[in-house]
Amino acid sequence: MKAHLRSVVRSGKFMVGFIIFASILLFSFIYPFFNPGNPLAMIGYNSFTKPGTYISLYDSMETRRTYIFRLPEAELARVASKLDDRDRGLIREWLILFNKQENAGIRESEIDIENTTSLLSLWWEYYTEDIRVEGLTIAGRRELSRLDQRLDGLFYTDDRHVMSYNQETGEHDILFAVITVDDYVHIDDVANSIHLPLGTDGFGRDMLKQLVSAIGTSLWIGLIAGCVATSIGLVLGLVAGYVGGIVDDIIMFITNLFTVIPGFVLLILIANSMTQFERGPVTVAIVIGLTSWVWTTRSVRSQVMSLRNRDHVNLSKLSGHSMPRIIAKDVLPYLASYVVMAFILQISSGILSEAGLSMLGLGPSTTTTATLGLMMDWSIMKSTAHITGAWWAYYPVIIVIALISFSLNLMNTGLDQVFNPQLRD
Amino acid sequence: MTNNKRELCLSGTGVTKIFGFGNRKTVAVDHVDFNFYSGELISIVGESGSGKTTLIKMLLGLTSVTEGEIFFMGKKRDISSHEKKKEYWRGIQAIFQDPFSSYNIFSKIDSVLLDCIHMRGGRRLPKAKKIEMMREACSFVNLKFDEMTNKYPFELSGGQMQRLMIARVFLLKPKILLADEPTSMIDACSRATILDMLLKLRDEIGMTIIFITHDMGLAYYVSDTVYIMEKGKFVEFGTADEIILAPKAEYTKQLLDDIPKIHDPWEFSRNKKSTA
Repeated sequence: MKAHLRSVVRSGKFMVGFIIFASILLFSFIYPFFNPGNPLAMIGYNSFTKPGTYISLYDSMETRRTYIFRLPEAELARVASKLDDRDRGLIREWLILFNKQENAGIRESEIDIENTTSLLSLWWEYYTEDIRVEGLTIAGRRELSRLDQRLDGLFYTDDRHVMSYNQETGEHDILFAVITVDDYVHIDDVANSIHLPLGTDGFGRDMLKQLVSAIGTSLWIGLIAGCVATSIGLVLGLVAGYVGGIVDDIIMFITNLFTVIPGFVLLILIANSMTQFERGPVTVAIVIGLTSWVWTTRSVRSQVMSLRNRDHVNLSKLSGHSMPRIIAKDVLPYLASYVVMAFILQISSGILSEAGLSMLGLGPSTTTTATLGLMMDWSIMKSTAHITGAWWAYYPVIIVIALISFSLNLMNTGLDQVFNPQLRD
Repeated sequence: MTNNKRELCLSGTGVTKIFGFGNRKTVAVDHVDFNFYSGELISIVGESGSGKTTLIKMLLGLTSVTEGEIFFMGKKRDISSHEKKKEYWRGIQAIFQDPFSSYNIFSKIDSVLLDCIHMRGGRRLPKAKKIEMMREACSFVNLKFDEMTNKYPFELSGGQMQRLMIARVFLLKPKILLADEPTSMIDACSRATILDMLLKLRDEIGMTIIFITHDMGLAYYVSDTVYIMEKGKFVEFGTADEIILAPKAEYTKQLLDDIPKIHDPWEFSRNKKSTA
C-alpha cells in the first residue's frame, strides 16, 4: 500500500493533473473569503462590461487631495484616447480614396492608424470640406465633416469648472471644483472603485465571482453524478459477475439496453420531461449519474468474472465465508484501483455532460446558483457575447472546463500507469 | 492394509461434467465411478487436460455436477444451502496448485489461520488460546509462528506459502483433503518436505488424502491407491504396486515410460531414438 502511494506521488502525469485540479479547487475555496457576497448580484447596468478597474467619477471629483503632475506624454495620450478606432478607420479610408483620386503621393505604409501624430498631420494637410472624393456617400461625407470639427477640440486644455446644482433655486450656481489638465488623484483616495478581472456578463454580474462559485457547483454536480454512476455500475457489475446465471443475464440485458440508447439523448429526454422547477443542480447531477453507469458495469463484471474463479476466492468459500463477505473482502480490493479510476473519469464526464445539457437549455433551472454550463448558456443567450466580442463571457469558462477535465483525465492516466505495470514508461 | 477394515468415505457413481452445449460441448469428466477409503492416500494421475482439476472442483462442491451422484461418509451429499455447504466443507478441504494465487494479497496471514479456528467453532476462545493453536499448527509444518504473524502472504516464499496451506488444513482437521498438484510449482527440496507433511497428516490425524498429480513416480512414492485418468475417464485403478509393476491399460504404460530415469540417462535417450 505504501509502495503504491509512493509510486502514485512519483508519477509525473498524476502529479501534474493533481496540481492543476488542486489549484482550481483551492482557488474556488479561497477566493470567496477575499471577495465575499452574492456571486449572482447584478452590479452593473451595462451588459458585458470589459475586464478592468472602474473608478467612480463622482468620487474622484470629491476627493480632497489632488496632486499636480506635468507629464510630457500626457497631451498625446489624451488626444489619442479621444480618437477611437472608428475615427482612425474613417481617416485612413478617406486618405486612401483621396490619394487614389488626386495622386497626392502618400504611400499607404505612411498611413498608420496607431500613430496618432502622423495620422492627424496627414489629415490636416490634405482634408478640406470642399474636396469631393469619389466613392463616398452623402452621409459619409457629412460624418467626415463632423469628425473634422470634433478634431479641433482635441487640444482643448482649458480648466473645467464643476458646478453643483441647487435644487431649491434650480440653478447651477455653486462652484464646486476647478479641474486643470495637470490635476491627478490617487486611486486609493477615491472612495469607490471596482476591480473586475473578468468584466461582467450580460446581466452585469461579476464574471470572476460567478466563475468561482460555478466551479464549486459544477464539481459538486460531477461528484454526485460520479458517485451515482460508479455505485450503480459497481453494484450491478459485482452482482452480475459474481452470481452469474440468470441474474447476470437480466442485468446484462438492462445494461445492453442502456448501451444501445445513446446516453445523451436519454439525458435530454429525461431533463426535458421534468418541469423547470424540479430541475435543480442536484436533480440534474442524479439524472446524469443514472445514464452513465453502463461502461462501469460492463468492465467491473468482466473483471469479477475472472476473479471469481481464482484460488483465493475458492479458498475463501472453503473457509465458509458468505457471499457478501467474499465480494467485499476477496473481490472488491482487487478492483479498487479500477474503481477509483472509473470514478475520476465519471466526475469529469459528469461536468462535461452538465455543460452540454445546460448549453442546450436543459441544465439546472436556477437563478440562485451558477454552474459552468449555465454560464456558457447565459453568454450565448440572445446570441450576444460572441457577436459583440465579449470574450471574457465565455473563454474563461471554456478554459476552466477544459482544465478540470484535462487534469482529471491526466490523474486517471497517471493512476493507470501506477496500477498497470505494462503501461509504465 | 486389509480390505475388510476399509471404511468408505467418499464415492461417486457416473459423475459427469459437461461445459457448454450444442456444438461447443466439452465433456471434461465422463461418467466416472470411484470409491475412496478412509485413512488412505489416493493418487489421481493423468496428463493436463484429463479432467483432474474439474473432478476436484466437483468433489469440493465449487462446480455443479452435470450428472451422477457423490456420496460423502456413506450418505448422499447435500450442499443445497450455504449452511449445508459449510458443514460439508468442515469435512472436506483442499490445497491448490499455485500457492501464490491461493492467498488474498490484501489480508494478513493471521487472518487465514484465524478463519480456520472460527470455522471449527472457536470464535469465542480466548485470544491466548487461539495464538496457541496457531503456533501449534505452524510448528506442525516447521514454520515459526512469530516470524509469520503480521505478515502479508507475498512476503513468504512459495514453499512457505504451501506449508502454511497445510497448517491451515491441520487446524481444520477435515476427514478428506484434496491436494491438487500441491508440489508442481515448488522446487525439489521443498517438494519432499510437503509430501512428508501430507503423509504425516494421514498417519497422525488419519486424514484421507486425495492427491492429484501428473507425475507417476511421485504417485508411486506416496500413495496407497492409484487412479489413472485419461480424457475424463478412469482407465485403471488399484494399489500403487499393482499399477506400477503390472500396468494393464496402454495409457498407464505410456505414463510409466515418460518417467525420467536418472540412473542411465544415455541409454534412455538412445532407446528412445531407436524406437522412434
